[in-house]
Amino acid sequence: MEPLSWIDIILRLLAQLTPVWIALVATFTISITYKRRLGLYGKLFDSTIGMVGFALVMFWVYAAIFGAFDLIITHNALEQVSGMKNKPPGTPLSGAKEGEYAYYLLGGDNLARDVFSRMIKGSWVVVQIAPLATVFAFMVGITLGLPAGYYGGKLDTLLSFLANLILAFPVILLFYLLVTPEIVDTGIPSYMGAVMFIFPIAFVGILLNSRYHTQPAIRTPLLIGVLGVMFWLYLSLISESGTKLDVIPRWLDGFDIPGGILVVFVSVVFVNSPTVFRIVRGLAMDIKTRDYVAAAQTRGEGPWYIMLWEILPNARGPLIVDFCLRVGYTTILLGTLGFFGLGLPPESPDWGSTINEGRKLLSIYLHPALPPALALLSLVLGLNLLADGLREESLRD
Amino acid sequence: MGMFILRRLGVMILTALCLTFIVFFLTNLQPNLEKLAKNQGNQRMTDEQVMSWLGNHGYLQSVPVKYGQWLGILPGFTRTLDSGKVTGRCIAEDADPTVKPRRFCGVLQGDWGLSTVFKEPVWDIVIKRLGLTGWLMLAVMCVMVPSALILGVMAGMREGSRLDRALSTISITSTATPEYVSGVIFIAIFASSAVGLKWFKGTATSAMDDITFANFTLPVVTIALYGIGYIARMTRASMAEVMTAQYIRTARLKGVTFGNIVLKHALRNALIAPFTVIMLQFPWLLNGVVITETLFNYKGFGWTLVQAAGNNDIELLLGVSVVSVFVVLVTQLISDIGYVYLNPRIRIA
Amino acid sequence: MAKWDYDGPILEIDKLSISFFTRLREIPAVMDFSANVMPGEALGLVGESGCGKSTVALGVMQDLGVNGQIVGGTIKFKGRDISELTPEELRDVRGNEIAMIYQEPMASLNPAMRIGKQLMEVPMIHEGIDAKVAYQRALEVVTDVKLPDPERILNSFPHQLSGGQQQRIVIAMALMSKPSLLILDEPTTALDVTVEAAVVDLVKDLGKKYGTSMLFISHNLGLVLETCDRICVMYSGEAVERGSIDDVFNQMQHPYTQALFRSIPLPGADKNSRPLVAIPGNFPLPHERPPGCNFGPRCDYFVEGVCDTGNVMMEQISGDDRHVSRCRRIKEIDWHAPIAAAIRQEKAEIGEVVLKMKDLKKYYEVAASALFGGGSKKVVKANETLSFEARESETLAIVGESGCGKSTFAKVLMGLETATDGEILLDGNSIGDIPIEARDTATVSSVQMVFQNPFDTLNPSMTVGRQIIRALEIFKVGANESERRERMLVLLDMVKLPREFADRMPRQLSGGQKQRVGIARAFAGGARIVVADEPVSALDVSVQAAVTDLLMEIQRTEKTTLLFISHDLSIVRYLSDRVMVMYLGHVVEIGTTDQVFSPPYHPYTEALLSAVPIADTKIEKKRIVLEGEIPSAMNPPSGCPFQTRCGWKDQVPDGLCDREVPPMVTLAEGHQVKCHLSLEILHRMEPVIKIAAE
Repeated sequence: MEPLSWIDIILRLLAQLTPVWIALVATFTISITYKRRLGLYGKLFDSTIGMVGFALVMFWVYAAIFGAFDLIITHNALEQVSGMKNKPPGTPLSGAKEGEYAYYLLGGDNLARDVFSRMIKGSWVVVQIAPLATVFAFMVGITLGLPAGYYGGKLDTLLSFLANLILAFPVILLFYLLVTPEIVDTGIPSYMGAVMFIFPIAFVGILLNSRYHTQPAIRTPLLIGVLGVMFWLYLSLISESGTKLDVIPRWLDGFDIPGGILVVFVSVVFVNSPTVFRIVRGLAMDIKTRDYVAAAQTRGEGPWYIMLWEILPNARGPLIVDFCLRVGYTTILLGTLGFFGLGLPPESPDWGSTINEGRKLLSIYLHPALPPALALLSLVLGLNLLADGLREESLRD
Repeated sequence: MGMFILRRLGVMILTALCLTFIVFFLTNLQPNLEKLAKNQGNQRMTDEQVMSWLGNHGYLQSVPVKYGQWLGILPGFTRTLDSGKVTGRCIAEDADPTVKPRRFCGVLQGDWGLSTVFKEPVWDIVIKRLGLTGWLMLAVMCVMVPSALILGVMAGMREGSRLDRALSTISITSTATPEYVSGVIFIAIFASSAVGLKWFKGTATSAMDDITFANFTLPVVTIALYGIGYIARMTRASMAEVMTAQYIRTARLKGVTFGNIVLKHALRNALIAPFTVIMLQFPWLLNGVVITETLFNYKGFGWTLVQAAGNNDIELLLGVSVVSVFVVLVTQLISDIGYVYLNPRIRIA
Repeated sequence: MAKWDYDGPILEIDKLSISFFTRLREIPAVMDFSANVMPGEALGLVGESGCGKSTVALGVMQDLGVNGQIVGGTIKFKGRDISELTPEELRDVRGNEIAMIYQEPMASLNPAMRIGKQLMEVPMIHEGIDAKVAYQRALEVVTDVKLPDPERILNSFPHQLSGGQQQRIVIAMALMSKPSLLILDEPTTALDVTVEAAVVDLVKDLGKKYGTSMLFISHNLGLVLETCDRICVMYSGEAVERGSIDDVFNQMQHPYTQALFRSIPLPGADKNSRPLVAIPGNFPLPHERPPGCNFGPRCDYFVEGVCDTGNVMMEQISGDDRHVSRCRRIKEIDWHAPIAAAIRQEKAEIGEVVLKMKDLKKYYEVAASALFGGGSKKVVKANETLSFEARESETLAIVGESGCGKSTFAKVLMGLETATDGEILLDGNSIGDIPIEARDTATVSSVQMVFQNPFDTLNPSMTVGRQIIRALEIFKVGANESERRERMLVLLDMVKLPREFADRMPRQLSGGQKQRVGIARAFAGGARIVVADEPVSALDVSVQAAVTDLLMEIQRTEKTTLLFISHDLSIVRYLSDRVMVMYLGHVVEIGTTDQVFSPPYHPYTEALLSAVPIADTKIEKKRIVLEGEIPSAMNPPSGCPFQTRCGWKDQVPDGLCDREVPPMVTLAEGHQVKCHLSLEILHRMEPVIKIAAE
């Protein structure tokens, strides 16, 4: 068979992504139709920048999800096909079997794997880890930042010192120290995870208790239910048979996270938390001087109610914007980890690892390194544009 | 002011101690030490041999003691061999046994240990590599700061204008391009044989001896690009805010020309925020340096860090950490002092 | 550049219309506005916030921003149409011919530039003189605005000066090139009353000295009376009445002007016998203006078919000089009819003592310099031996300027801070050293607070109803959610808000409505003592009256003790039973309203009374201008706190004022003054405010 021309490649790529296009068009149609009723999310569709950003982000989210169900990809991301090593885009497979996609649309990498499929699979790694890690970083940052800003004084001095301590660490050094197999063996990352994953439970517990403590009849069952489920999730998350942290029996352990992923996750949360802490602290210091906070104080509200229900909701604008930026930053960090071959297994299709592999032959073969690089660029760009659009729209009222 | 700097210095030393202790603790964990023993002795050592090797080299003492010795505030580890010869941390292999060895030999005494990978004193390696990185950083700063500030000021000067939108899009894109992406793209476009432009070189190894336009441009631009966007966005936000301030309107209604409003009235106020940002970005610039030096094979400080960390070279990694933490803290101090200098509102007291 | 020579009016605005253009629509901010300013004349522009008065000023300056545009009419400055000037010519006019002074002095000065440089810049741009001459000029003008030590001031940064000094600098800057027209946009709103009085005096004197015409924008009728020759009243983008001060104040010919005067407390008003008349309804939003007369829907004289058609034009009032009004029914309305008999309220019986303060002290320790920490600690004496009682159904006003300690006192009473010394007795139980977390629900719910800033008092991300229900939950009112919801609706009724408001977000409410919700929230737990911290000072004049009346009405039915914190003596005189005057943490005078408002006064009370602008031409005031600024509480003067500014200090022998804090002297039953002046001198004092015989 003849290799495909560039036009053919593009057309076939577009066709291969059909599910993504359908999902995108559906999302935009529905959102624009009901945009007046959707609050800040709806307002996003008034801003061109915001819409472009949202489209880029959702493109990768859908691509990742469909890719995870093996919908878009043309080949197995780990499968090596003989004769396809470093082949340029559009090269036909020699001796393609029945039902097998006949081309490597974006070529083959140095281990003769399909670059396109690896890129799509790689997005799934990012889409799984980056938002979740950012959520955890926000939980930690909020739970510590609110009291630091609200109370001030010694507590603030101590927490700020700790935050600055972590911030003064060059991130790469931290990664090299935390994400090595030797350290994983000692269980330190698992212990750190055990500490950091406590924060969401504490956060939700305090949130509900401060709101409903005046009505014990509602509060008690609610807390038992919600915290029970969260605690089980927590134990399942941190406990892993065969490692140092093996606290609950196998039958109760809902799921296991591979050690490598957990370490990556923990270190990314660890790096992001201090910055979130600083932002939340600053916002809390600003908002606590408002009269409605004084009004809550004068009617005898507890400090946590004030922090979580009076201050936090009014800090949401900047926090949402920062969340988008931070997911982008986390994506970059994940890429950095992959680039240095830290944490994730070497055959992992994530973008950082793929770029790292591809760069070695960059002066001769462009196609293995460029697609993941451009993919990462477009996702982070989308997140930044989304954040910009949100910021602009939330200021306008 | 003197009091302020003293306090900052105090906090800085405390931070440095905490950070180096953390690094020390993490690098001296048992698995790392076992690996070290096997590397230094031989790969087929039994567990028992490993332990005795470690014991002989003083690695089995408690972490605080080891830290104290490394720092040079506790007397160095010594032991007497069966042969009656005294060896220890402070005694070189070929030392003259008649000379009384020093009691303290830590970082404070200038004794940074020996790199296991390069077989050279850590201090010499660090100084040499730091020099190479210094050139890189100097070039990056010369490119990054002025262009970011110009970009930011131009964009923020007339918020919402077409110029603003164009420049903002550029800076957003550049913040979305981490070094390993931009580097790859640059090499692909400007240095690969596939595209064929070949304007610049894809490696900067030759720049270690002789910096030329061809071999140094790509690494410098790669590091600078990510920073430019970030600083430009900060500057733009700060500038846009200042331009809506009441005193700018006062100046305008005084009859000051637009150029003078920007230069004389707005600029100084608008630069206060970005200045701190630039300085506080150092930890993360170091990041860029590590990635770029690896990517372009420029054997500077960042490259050394990767080598040390990748090869379990404990003494070298410690040395590199001390220096990078020191650099970061010094820039923070400069940032604080500069902030006070730029902002007259807090110059009193 | 040489100034233009011109004989006619300095400023002629003819049928000016200004609109702002947003993404959705055009918003007309000013419509059909005409006014003239003659040389040396001062024109006052009065109206509520949003009426377009500042837009007129910006239109004159040609500084409407990107969205603003003049859509009709002309502005002529010295005979030349200002909108036809080239950018260069415009720059020559700005600062040189027309200068502007704004509300926030701190914000109008460049924080990173020395004062001297900012001043010198003006003549250097416009007259091309060198730095040395400009420096001399700056020295002269700074001396003219009565600032001490001009050379030091020229060499300092704005933040090193106090608010009053900053405003003087802004005035100096405006006068640097001796402009023909000075535009003052609420120049004293951010200042304390006594400082305001001094600044107003200065502006008046300098206007005469430099022969400058003035356009004085203010919401305060009293200030306009004191500074201007002519007045223009604006409502919702239009000028509704224009004429000389005397004509407009005494022979008003527009229902809005009349309503405005009736809604502000003048010395004759009384909360029970002659209550204020609030203007019903709300200010219309610019895109929701009614057809015909803008004021129609809120006007008492509204007649269908007459007032709600076409455009209402300005009409000349016969007999008066340049007196015009925008009303179709000028001739039909009897302008001298007495105020329609308002329902006369019975004064509530004052009951038992509810709250008692005994020698309350509150000291703070602060680091000498916040930023750099360390060093010596300083003690700020925020409250010094405060003693008073408050009874059921009584209104006790606490009066004082910034830094007098009234907010600290409120915090201690609420339990947000604990007292350093002394006692607070609520029904005989001491609560002074119990912080709010340790107080029981009954105590907390019976002492509540209404806050100053309506835009800050409600949580922006919670519905109005939810916020009141939360207060009910905390105060343990109601057994379940539906009972509390019912009670919340009743509370909304009480503050005269429609029940639909329960599900609205605070941003959908106007300032006055938010303040009502704040009041409803304070009364949720059946509060017995309500501390109202300047509850109306951030509201527009016409809304102030309504909110004040609401507070009074609730007080009458609930028998609440109201602690009314304010700096506005007019409103204090109108509604309070007793008054407590504070200065730098000390109570300097306490007594019934009549006792405090008539001699003998404490010298500070006297100055305060004299400083308050009163919008009544029949009032004659003794002018007492206090020198200097309020000292910092961090660094109070020795002896009597007021001695640095007191005009009576020389009447006390051998410098007693410098050495000792005066004792509380009882002048009459319940009337105490903290002053060294002998009784004889005190009794010789003359009243500050006299109503001239008609």
